[in-house]
Amino acid sequence: MKRVYAKEEVCIGCRLCEVWCRTEHSRSKNIIKAHKSEFPPPVSRVLVEELMPVSFALQCRHCDEPECVESCITGALTKDESGRVVYNEEKCVGCWTCVLVCPYGAPQRDLERKKIAKCDLCPDRDTPACVEMCPNQALVYEER
Amino acid sequence: MEGQIHRRNISGCGLAGMMSEDGRLMGGEAIIRSMEVLHDRSNGLGGGFAAYGIYPHKADYYALHIMYDDVKAKEETDVLLDERFEIDSEEIIPTKKSEAIPKGPLLWRYFVKPKVDFEDCGLCEEDYVIEAVMTVNSMVSGAFIFSSGKNMGAFKAVGYPEDVGKFYRLDEYEGYTWIGHGRFPTNTPGWWGGAHPFTILDWAIVHNGEISSYGINKRYLEMFGYKCTMLTDTEVVAYMFDLMLRRHNLPLEVACKALAAPFWTDIDRMKAKGNAKGDIYEALRMVYGGALLNGPFAIILGHTNGMVGLSDRVKLRPLTAARKDDMLYIASEEAAIREISPELDIVWNPKAGEPVVGELKNPVKKGSNKARELEETVA
Amino acid sequence: MKTYQLPEVRIERDKDRCINCGVCVRQCAFNAHKFDEDGEVYSEDEKCVACQRCVSLCPTNALYIKDNAPFVKDNANWTAETQKYIWKQAETGGVLLTGMGNPKPYPIYWDHLVLNASQVTNPSIDPLREPMELRTYLGSKPDHIEIEMVNGEPVLRTKIAPQIMLKTPILFSAMSYGAISYNACEALGRAATELGTFWNTGEGGLHRNLYKYAPNTIVQVASGRFGVHSEYLDAAAAIEIKIGQGAKPGIGGHLPGEKVGPAVSETRMIPVGSDALSPAPHHDIYSIEDLSQLIFSLKEATEYTKPISVKISAVHNVAAIASGIARAGADIIAIDGFRGGTGAAPTMIRDNVGIPIELAIAAVDARLREEGIRNRASIIAAGGFRNSGDVIKAIALGADAVYLGTAALVAMGCHVCQKCYTGKCNWGIATQNPYLEKRLNPDIAAERLYNLVRGWSHEISEMLGGMGINAIESLRGNRLHLRAVGLSREEMDVLGVQVAGSPMA
Repeated sequence: MKRVYAKEEVCIGCRLCEVWCRTEHSRSKNIIKAHKSEFPPPVSRVLVEELMPVSFALQCRHCDEPECVESCITGALTKDESGRVVYNEEKCVGCWTCVLVCPYGAPQRDLERKKIAKCDLCPDRDTPACVEMCPNQALVYEER
Repeated sequence: MEGQIHRRNISGCGLAGMMSEDGRLMGGEAIIRSMEVLHDRSNGLGGGFAAYGIYPHKADYYALHIMYDDVKAKEETDVLLDERFEIDSEEIIPTKKSEAIPKGPLLWRYFVKPKVDFEDCGLCEEDYVIEAVMTVNSMVSGAFIFSSGKNMGAFKAVGYPEDVGKFYRLDEYEGYTWIGHGRFPTNTPGWWGGAHPFTILDWAIVHNGEISSYGINKRYLEMFGYKCTMLTDTEVVAYMFDLMLRRHNLPLEVACKALAAPFWTDIDRMKAKGNAKGDIYEALRMVYGGALLNGPFAIILGHTNGMVGLSDRVKLRPLTAARKDDMLYIASEEAAIREISPELDIVWNPKAGEPVVGELKNPVKKGSNKARELEETVA
Repeated sequence: MKTYQLPEVRIERDKDRCINCGVCVRQCAFNAHKFDEDGEVYSEDEKCVACQRCVSLCPTNALYIKDNAPFVKDNANWTAETQKYIWKQAETGGVLLTGMGNPKPYPIYWDHLVLNASQVTNPSIDPLREPMELRTYLGSKPDHIEIEMVNGEPVLRTKIAPQIMLKTPILFSAMSYGAISYNACEALGRAATELGTFWNTGEGGLHRNLYKYAPNTIVQVASGRFGVHSEYLDAAAAIEIKIGQGAKPGIGGHLPGEKVGPAVSETRMIPVGSDALSPAPHHDIYSIEDLSQLIFSLKEATEYTKPISVKISAVHNVAAIASGIARAGADIIAIDGFRGGTGAAPTMIRDNVGIPIELAIAAVDARLREEGIRNRASIIAAGGFRNSGDVIKAIALGADAVYLGTAALVAMGCHVCQKCYTGKCNWGIATQNPYLEKRLNPDIAAERLYNLVRGWSHEISEMLGGMGINAIESLRGNRLHLRAVGLSREEMDVLGVQVAGSPMA
């Protein structure tokens, strides 16, 4: 399956991936509204990890053997036939177990909603927003 | 003439050439008839001819054809000529008055030999003659040497070519090669010297086209000491042949490939196939880039030992060739050839940049008498 | 000391649009944007260099950089700039430093020259349907070739001196590793290779990993001799001896020690952290015969397999100097006009020394032709070429090819803020800071360079076709296709062109 991969050698740490992830996962999908007036505010599913000068964007790896799916107590996280780790927000009770077990620290806590947020590979788009909007092509969406 | 110098004249034109490779002498009526067919390709602002083999009795002398605006120009020129040449004879070029030809300059013909003895250096002698021609043409106001070869001559005037031919009484001359030209200039009033052919030594060029590369062709020639002071880009073609054939000693076909260069894609293909011509053409384009004639043209080049037809590298101007027995014909249109030789062995349209070459079966040896003697002794 | 210098620009932030994402904060190496204690973004105008990095990356277009030219009372002499320079020097006592090329409003002759096109008497050529040849060979050519007829077939007897072949008459100018980043070098090398042209190492040596681009690399030998060794010379397509550059004729170069990290150190063959000082003259070239010795030393060292170029800045006597260089054995003469860029130059030199490249090309080409030696050396023109129109006019004036420096940088992202010498280039071009360097993705930069030269080449083809010419050599030095608009008689004489409206002479 296609996954998002980071090219840390050209990641510039601008965090625009986070901005566009939040926008994509907002109600209005309007960047200004999403960031200034929506409540609860959208949470970015991607996080730029940074230890100067190294930086890269990290989101759910959609593991072949996902620890989060194994450990999810409500069945909110499942692996579908395409290989994606799918998240059903309605089932999530905000226990943070997945946050605890994910070796990558990919699931984000949505404190307002008391649920997690995680990368869904932008099902409404051909290419995830973070990949498409990265100004330096430091993210790629491809089969490896 | 003054004021038109340094201004180039672009034109559309008609051209024709005929040559007996056996060297048979033919009168001038045929080429006049041939040019008459191409009447509509000119507009009456210039016509001309060149003929080879017409002065057999003076074959060792350079025949200078000169236009003078007035007697003063002749006096000045005579001084310069006297300094440089033994003048064997001089005369007015015979003409026949005609309504069709406006009043023109005085037309004189001289048969001359350089005063300096160049021993065995034929090249030096020819350069000496060129220098003399260029000096007169650039220094003397109102004088213009329009023909300077041996045993050949150019005849040109303002008018339609057939009228110009009759004016010069070309039916009274006999030559083995004839070339003719009618002009359709687009920007200058007719000046007699601006008509074709353009000549230097025995090279004579008639030309249909406009050379877009003129600016660099001219500067390229200037690097080799040529002065382009005349009114058409045809002049550069004549000097180009002189430079490449006479001074650089390139074979004719090779020189033609510099003027109408093959495309790089073709050269690359030749090189990939191991065809040695690819390397020659590559070298040619590197070294003779300034000689490439870019833009539409069709030319006929006459010289003592032959005649060549050539079109530009994409053939933007017409050129047809034909053979019958020992005759080679080249013209803008087939009709001009059929007019004088209805039955032909073969007629073809040469490809872009492919030269059509006619050669005398028994070529005339060039250079000074001494050089020829020397060559014969060695042989 | 309290500075009297006024901010050059004002940063305007549209608070209605700003989402406080902090991209601007993270992207500005000059710290012009900051978060306050409450996590709100704010800006400090005086730190801004107007490189436009924040403006380009701001996702909501909330930023705008405005000229902050102060009101100067009624004075054309003591302008804001003049005063700024004086304050700066009064505060530091130093030499004014700057980057890029001469920005002063000297006449740009390109904008006073117009091109020709065919109408009626001569058909124009459509490059989409007909061949259009831009291929250019740089190197010394003989004035004729010798052909021998063997069994009726012509055989080439002349061996032509080594040449480099360009698919388009555009090369990338010398910019050293050190002055520009590794990624910028990589992008130039890759683009040159894909385009079938050449890039130039400058005096920074050739990084080990970039030897793969060596067949499309011109290596420089400059007064500091940095990074010069036999493998470097052997690998290159051509070697360029740098005598001078247009931005700072007559003076040397200085790469500050901060920019000399391990990789630059290894490539330049100098200790980490040491200043790389290029002397003003080569200390083994004090006259033309010394230059000849270096040319032939390099030819000997590389067994006469590659052309040797000599790069000079365009100065008053450029024509005679170029003639001397051709006679000294150079195969290529690169001439850099006074609008040529640099990583660092004293402002007064950049803005006041040297002559425009247009006049230099014309003078050199005319001089070499007068002397009958134009074929002996190719001419590369450099110094502020902005578009394909400038390039084609340079060729018509007599250049064989053109070097792009600033235009290449701009293609990669440079916004000509002239702060190259600070090493803080926010676009990742003129920096060795690993955090900033990453900003130039060589994949993107190479593609942008490729696109630029491809676009210009198309335009050159179109203009050539319009003139009825289908091979670039028929325009080279063909000044009849140029006409002058608004120039003096003397300027036209030097340029060798006629006034617009005069006939085709």
